[in-house]
Amino acid sequence: MKKLMRCCGIFVILFSIAVLSGCATTAGKAFETSESQVKLRSMQTRAFDTTDKQKMMQTVMSTMQDLEFVIDKADLTLGSVSGSKFLGYAVVTMTVTVRPKGEKQLLVRANAQYGIKSVEDPETYQDFFTALEKALFLTAQQVD
Amino acid sequence: MRKRRRFLKLSIIFLCLGIIGCASVPKGFLKPNEAALEKRQLQMRQYDTTNEEQILAAVAGVLQDLGFTLDNSETKLGFVAASKKADATSGGQMAGAVFLDMLSALGGGHGNAMANCDKSQVVKASVIAKPSLDGNKITVRVTFQRIVWNMSNQISKVETINDPEIYQKFYDGLSKAIFLEAQKI
Repeated sequence: MKKLMRCCGIFVILFSIAVLSGCATTAGKAFETSESQVKLRSMQTRAFDTTDKQKMMQTVMSTMQDLEFVIDKADLTLGSVSGSKFLGYAVVTMTVTVRPKGEKQLLVRANAQYGIKSVEDPETYQDFFTALEKALFLTAQQVD
Repeated sequence: MRKRRRFLKLSIIFLCLGIIGCASVPKGFLKPNEAALEKRQLQMRQYDTTNEEQILAAVAGVLQDLGFTLDNSETKLGFVAASKKADATSGGQMAGAVFLDMLSALGGGHGNAMANCDKSQVVKASVIAKPSLDGNKITVRVTFQRIVWNMSNQISKVETINDPEIYQKFYDGLSKAIFLEAQKI
């Protein structure tokens, strides 16, 4: 009998731990990243030697259209472009922001999401910047 | 016995790898593919004008002609986005489903192929107009996407529309709209 009670006790404790920890993590999951903030920024950001924000944004939009994205939103003042594309049944969404860096450069940052996952692979972003470089006839510079 | 255990271990490892493989994000989806140039030709037209505003007004007009509602726009970037809800039922698909359901009913089953028939769709359009490289023309590029729902309100299909006829229809309308607006009609 005693043994049974002890078993039940352990079970209840384990169960409550599981339930409570489950509650605590789901909201936090939305804010999790597997890479450090600095590393993420460095893979998602490049600098270009131009100050023409309008032309840069139009080229970003054309490049995204080349990559089969449909542009959902764009804002020149904020310098942001968002678009989405379908890969089979998965939806890829991407936001690109353009902002000035110093007097002579523009910073371009792209971040993409695949379904419910953030894209944290440097090569994927490099592919995008390579395509953007070709469209701009400018070299993308790595930012530290 | 030992062999069996090893087999079990291996299969568990294999299963884990399989699950991890499925969940990961595929690579290379931001790389332009060979079909990009072809698609560009399909989706792009040039107009002999430098008046970007006039073109954008005509684009908005054509989208309205086609029954779209405008969702978003940024004139300074030559951007307009619009969407439209439409019927997606097709006679052929419905007839096939009815036939299948009847067959399964005859066999004593509860077939419900009807529930998988397409019911409605949302088509999204986004248009970018910008000066061409030489600056004498305006380049217009439109892309269409659609999401289709079936009778049980589940998403049954998502795709980029690549049908040349649809793009041709849009640009025929745009040419007309540019003409009409130039004549102030």
